[in-house]
Amino acid sequence: MENYYNPEDLLKFEEVGKDAPELAKNFFEYYGQVFAEGDLTAREKSLIALAVAHTIQCPYCIDAYTKGCLEKGSNLSEMTEALHVATAIRGGASLVHGVQMRNIAEKMSM
Amino acid sequence: MEIQNLQEGGFPDFDQTLKNHGLFLKRGETVICQINLGLLCNQVCKHCHLSAGPGRKELMDLATIHQVIQFQKKAACEVVDITGGAPEMNPHLPVLIEEMAGLTNTLMLRSNLSALYDINDPGLLDLLVKHRVTIVASLPSLNLSQTEGQRGEGVFDKSIKAIKLLNDMGYGKKDASLVLDLVSNPAGAFMPTPQAVAEKRFRRVLKDKWGIVFNRLFTFANMPLGRFETWLKKKEIFETYLKSLWEKFNPCTLDGLMCRHLISISWDGYLYDCDFNLAARLPKGNLRTHIGDLTNMNFNNQEVAVGNHCYACTAGSGFT
Repeated sequence: MENYYNPEDLLKFEEVGKDAPELAKNFFEYYGQVFAEGDLTAREKSLIALAVAHTIQCPYCIDAYTKGCLEKGSNLSEMTEALHVATAIRGGASLVHGVQMRNIAEKMSM
Repeated sequence: MEIQNLQEGGFPDFDQTLKNHGLFLKRGETVICQINLGLLCNQVCKHCHLSAGPGRKELMDLATIHQVIQFQKKAACEVVDITGGAPEMNPHLPVLIEEMAGLTNTLMLRSNLSALYDINDPGLLDLLVKHRVTIVASLPSLNLSQTEGQRGEGVFDKSIKAIKLLNDMGYGKKDASLVLDLVSNPAGAFMPTPQAVAEKRFRRVLKDKWGIVFNRLFTFANMPLGRFETWLKKKEIFETYLKSLWEKFNPCTLDGLMCRHLISISWDGYLYDCDFNLAARLPKGNLRTHIGDLTNMNFNNQEVAVGNHCYACTAGSGFT
């Protein structure tokens, strides 16, 4: 194995069902339903997925949802804004723990 | 240009795919007469299958226009579809509109919008209204960067202004007889948004942001020919793009393909099964025929000439 990540592996996703077909079937059905048009459009769901893909740093998901966003009519400006939403939440989540740090430090300090 | 080296991508050519599915592509009744007035255009779009642009000299002359009119008198196609290049840049367009208006149920003009806006000819606009010419206008994206990345700087603003102008003239209203349809194609090497979904969003955003309206929106995949083929090869994604079209081959699209019901007449009067075959220089039924030499107007059951670019029309829900 030269690389942990190979682009071709994305197309083999369904092979994870080989040794647990029922679980895979349930997962892929659920997955399909999640991304169908609902109160949120399929385009909006793809933008959320793209942002989450960057948060979990999954190269397969970034590949799939960059293409998915474009094919659902999103543009690079919207996709970049979505990414900044994920980045802000991720950064904010670190920063807000600063309150915990301050609480502990203040308790211990004169 | 015939697309080569397909085996590299590991998939069959279009003709073989038809055979693999036991399918034949034959012409039905011809209901659309599409007239390509020439390759002269004010834009140099990256996706243009005809490589049209300001430097192109090919234009349909008056003699050929009269031959086309004679053809329509006999063929009586329900729809006459005028295209280019930018058809507004052919000086004989008004003659063609005047003569064709009484010879068909629907007279259609394809416009890139910026040509209509730049030429700003009140006489032409009045003529379009007078003859209730349906306008089919290109607007690939609701986003300036995507539109101008494909069609050139300044095009987005002109397109919006041209639609406003057409709306002011009565085009695109729900209950009006002046029809304005939009066409959206991807700003890159990816598949188009499903038509119904894109139409809903275009309708909402165009109304909210610019107060403009239209009748219908059509989406289609970019055709791997001409300038788009060159662009794909430069990016080294030509095979990948073709393969993605092949993977989405849908045999159910065949019956509704426009090439079965359309005759395309090139600027120099030669016949093709569609405008894409014109770009690929694949003559109707693989036999080069000039409109002036036609003796039989019935093309029913004649074989449609195909190439690997046809994968773009048969992908997903297809291009009809």
